Amino acid sequence: MLSVQDVHTYYGDSYILQGVTLELKPGQVVGLLGRNGVGKTTLARSILGLTPAKRGTILFKGADITHMPAHRIARMGVGFVPQGRRVFRSLTVQEHLEVTARGEGRWTFDRVVELFPNLRSRLRSLAGKLSGGEQQMLAAGRALVGNPALLVMDEPTEGLAPLMVRELGQAIESLKRAGTSILLIEQQLAFALRYADVVFIMSKGRIVHHCTPAELAADAEAKARYLGV
Amino acid sequence: MTALVASDISRNFGGLQALSHVSLTVEAGERRLIIGPNGAGKTTLFNLLSGAMAVSSGNVLLFGRDITRLPTYARARMGLARTFQITNLFPRLTVLENVLLALQAGDQSAFSLHRRMRANHQLFHGADALLRKWDLTAITGKRAGDIAYGEQRQIDLILAIAMQPKVLLLDEPTAGLSAAEVVRVVSMIRSLPREITILTIEHDMDVAFELADRITVLHQGCLVVEGDVEAVRNHPQVKEIYLGVD
Repeated sequence: MLSVQDVHTYYGDSYILQGVTLELKPGQVVGLLGRNGVGKTTLARSILGLTPAKRGTILFKGADITHMPAHRIARMGVGFVPQGRRVFRSLTVQEHLEVTARGEGRWTFDRVVELFPNLRSRLRSLAGKLSGGEQQMLAAGRALVGNPALLVMDEPTEGLAPLMVRELGQAIESLKRAGTSILLIEQQLAFALRYADVVFIMSKGRIVHHCTPAELAADAEAKARYLGV
Repeated sequence: MTALVASDISRNFGGLQALSHVSLTVEAGERRLIIGPNGAGKTTLFNLLSGAMAVSSGNVLLFGRDITRLPTYARARMGLARTFQITNLFPRLTVLENVLLALQAGDQSAFSLHRRMRANHQLFHGADALLRKWDLTAITGKRAGDIAYGEQRQIDLILAIAMQPKVLLLDEPTAGLSAAEVVRVVSMIRSLPREITILTIEHDMDVAFELADRITVLHQGCLVVEGDVEAVRNHPQVKEIYLGVD
């Protein structure tokens, strides 16, 4: 589904991604872990075409998307839940979910508002007027109605109450069953371990470790060294 | 002594009652936790307490003084500081400059035109000491917009502390932080002196229970439960609306 091969990405002079390689199979959830500032979000942005890689190759369904503009990558079926609830403040909830709806997939407007009841009761509210957690739900819902083949989620649980975190987890399981691949960048270790099939750990712009969630859960040394816990 | 009293405060947005007749009393030095489902009105409560929004009705008292009509900056001058869910740093200034500004804001002589250079040295010294204390000297010279998100959150907290507040409102201080950073930030908050009264909104229950003396639970704009940690954790309604039932 997604193949990231020896990707190097810069922000200006800052050398952020220093040769990242990873693979995602159809229906697989890959958890991407690591401390803040190691390049997880930059990797997401390189995949999405927002901060293109300078060297290396990114293939999506076999097509080279390394230097493709972001909107074309999105149209090919790559969805994004950005960190920090980047919603369109002047659009209503309903507009968000209508504008981005795409494809004949399982995720319809109705299904998304069923998943996030808060959104249903705020359909005509401007996104900028929602609470922080509701904006996070909207960012997730907006990506879901696009019925992506690959979904990149950058800290989707941030700001969600415990009950909503569970709901989001169930949505991830449902996406997975439907064959969607998910790159899950997540700080909540327990959440990542619960829903990922495999976890990659980044440090200083590189993948330094990968294993199954069960292996990581049992590996106190790796957790201490790479995650500081 | 009570630090902060909200007396029957409400806030409407058009037809929506974001906060409805909420009353709470926070004692000086207390660690109060505010929890509730998304959209319950937690951030709105902070906005009303800090003056970022006007109340539709009700009163707010800070150390016995009615501050309901005071603007945010006047409340800040009285010792009420807050952090935000989303960081509010000056992105083009360096980390050090951001901290200097906060220290200057907390300094009564901030706007004296004829201040001596020594005062500036003191500010620099203070900023340096704060950044050193929290082990953030490596990013001192970087632009705040360029540092990692978790670092921004820590700087945001340091800015609030730099203002030497009497009452500190923390809105999801650990959101978006790595596990290691959560540990750091929690220890930062725990190490603050009891002279500072702290109200915290937090969704990470492990963190929340560690930081709280008492917990206030909001739901759909109303205060539904209030009590100590154990009572709230085991409250059936809290399990139902917030934690989820296992």
